[in-house]
Amino acid sequence: MANWSQLISLALFSATIRSLTPVLYPALAGIFSERSGVLNIGLEGMMLISAFAAVVGSYYSGNAWIGVLWAIAAGLLTSLIHAFMCITLKADQAIVGTGINILGIGLPSYLLLKLFGSQGISPIVNRLSKWRIPVVVDLPVIGPILGEHSPLAYIALIMVPVSWFVLFKTPFGLRLRSVGENPSAADSVGVNVYLMRYIAVMISGVLASLGGAFLSISYLAQYTRMMTAGRGFIGLAAMIFGRWNPWGALIACLIFGFADALQATAQAANVPIPPQFLLALPYILSIVTLIGAMGRANPPAYVAKPYEKA
Amino acid sequence: MADKKEAAGKKGFSLLGLVGPIQFVMGILLAFIGGALFLWIFRENVAEAYGALFKGAFGSKRYIGEALLSTTPLIFSGLAVALGFRSGLFNMGVEGQLVFGGMVAAYIGYAWDLPRVIHLPLALLGGAVVAGLWGSISGYLKAYHNIHEVITTLLMNYIAFAIADYMIAVGGPMKADNELPVSPDVLESARLVRLWEGTRVSSGILIAIFFAIVVWFFIYKTRIGYKMRAVGFNAAAAEYAGINPKTMTVLAMALSGALGGLAGAVEVLGVHYKFYAAFSPGYGWDGIAVALLGLLNPFGVIAAAFLFGVLRSGSITMQAIAGISKNVVSILIALVIFFSATNKTLEPILKRLLGGIGSGKELELNTEQEGDR
Repeated sequence: MANWSQLISLALFSATIRSLTPVLYPALAGIFSERSGVLNIGLEGMMLISAFAAVVGSYYSGNAWIGVLWAIAAGLLTSLIHAFMCITLKADQAIVGTGINILGIGLPSYLLLKLFGSQGISPIVNRLSKWRIPVVVDLPVIGPILGEHSPLAYIALIMVPVSWFVLFKTPFGLRLRSVGENPSAADSVGVNVYLMRYIAVMISGVLASLGGAFLSISYLAQYTRMMTAGRGFIGLAAMIFGRWNPWGALIACLIFGFADALQATAQAANVPIPPQFLLALPYILSIVTLIGAMGRANPPAYVAKPYEKA
Repeated sequence: MADKKEAAGKKGFSLLGLVGPIQFVMGILLAFIGGALFLWIFRENVAEAYGALFKGAFGSKRYIGEALLSTTPLIFSGLAVALGFRSGLFNMGVEGQLVFGGMVAAYIGYAWDLPRVIHLPLALLGGAVVAGLWGSISGYLKAYHNIHEVITTLLMNYIAFAIADYMIAVGGPMKADNELPVSPDVLESARLVRLWEGTRVSSGILIAIFFAIVVWFFIYKTRIGYKMRAVGFNAAAAEYAGINPKTMTVLAMALSGALGGLAGAVEVLGVHYKFYAAFSPGYGWDGIAVALLGLLNPFGVIAAAFLFGVLRSGSITMQAIAGISKNVVSILIALVIFFSATNKTLEPILKRLLGGIGSGKELELNTEQEGDR
């Protein structure tokens, strides 16, 4: 029992913030894309490609922030492929997303061998240094939890209210949601459905890319093959649990983040549970929370349906 | 339907039957052209790369054998995805089902000592049943809790990998008595026989082709298969016609999972003779591309599986000779998938074109052809 009580500490909650970041990014990315009516199963692949681009950028420039820019560029390019296939060519969105995911496994692995002569991992590169938030870091309880994190973790948390505000309180957000709920009505009042969907998918790509960059040049300082380990998919589960609302997604991500942090801490503390089962915990929890969430969750009406201009 | 065929027949011939093969060939061609473009952008020697790829697939008897060896699990995983699609379900969990199938087949293969006639079929069946039950969980969650099967099948892969890792880790129940994270060797009585002297090709390939025929018969010639397709085509209409879509969804995911499990079982019983975590180089994921390129038709799946088998085995030689990562094949596979995603947009155009050539006039589109879902 002694083992178990050691697990709950302020460090655990700090680790929760760290663990939820790479899930929160794809969750928000999914919200933007799906609110506009475009299914985005390819987030996992977008994250992998961006994670690799971040390492390449940091490797050649020596500056991790340049790596972040490379990741964003990679995320934009990948999301443009998705947008072009889904919106312009009206392809099956679930299948395109699957293609992006397979590209996300193949492309970085190909480049890994070409650039670094390695089959599975990249060299160690410079990573983003953590930010210490003045005043906050000295507060009791809150300080150890929120005071010192990767800048990308702070950006992820700030993106929750920002996304909510953009989606629900601005004319732009209204248009974006309208093309996902009723594209022909939006079209009839002069909203450019295709353009709005392109923009939404590109926002989605940028958010996914930051999640990838967080993993490769903040959480770690190198690319490892398939390092996202399903976080893009867990993010989609969080999106559904949160009913396509950034605040709801944050709550789901807090649950998953806590589970992930708990399993990592439990492994370190030699809790008598096989480590493989602990690793499976966040995935099991994702499915269980979905069972609880569904029934009250309604996806945007036109998600996954291409728009045919009359 | 019959009238239209007759009408086309009067003019002499109909080319509509060519829609499928044309899409198949176009998919391959565009993937190779796209792949060449990709290699060219990254300043690789395209001719050398493709030359090495084909040498690695057809260069010798052993290489052809290796291509057929990869074809075997790909037929099963392609069938698994195709059967799901036909029922309106996107089974993204084949890789996990494959791992479960291989795991259970290995267990039955080494732990039970039985005469050959029942040992081998039982090992195959065990892998199929457990993987089918695993898959049916996603079907149940879809049918009774309305959770999208793409999310649950994907997440369940990671749970399956974790369970498999546990089984053969130190202290795990299937760990062999040695230093490696592997299971004990499968007994001789549960191994598939070698078919072709000098290669590793096993009778698994025949079992795979047999199952393709069974799946074709099931989908198109049986009552349940018809009901499944009806649910896949329009669940609400099927329900109105007295079909229970919930039951069909669970059943379809179970059968799809069972086919995924067989992919793993033939791989373990025919190639490795033991279970270990990384025994599949992603055959389950490739199954998605195989099913799509094969236009969800079991015979198309056989052809597509052979193509991907060729790519898989050829890519290993390509990496060895030309120094180009074997992962280029994943990029080709992604291109095939991208092309397949536009099938629905492309099909009416192709039909109009071919109908026009065959009968001298534009034909009405009919939705009963291959490729609907």
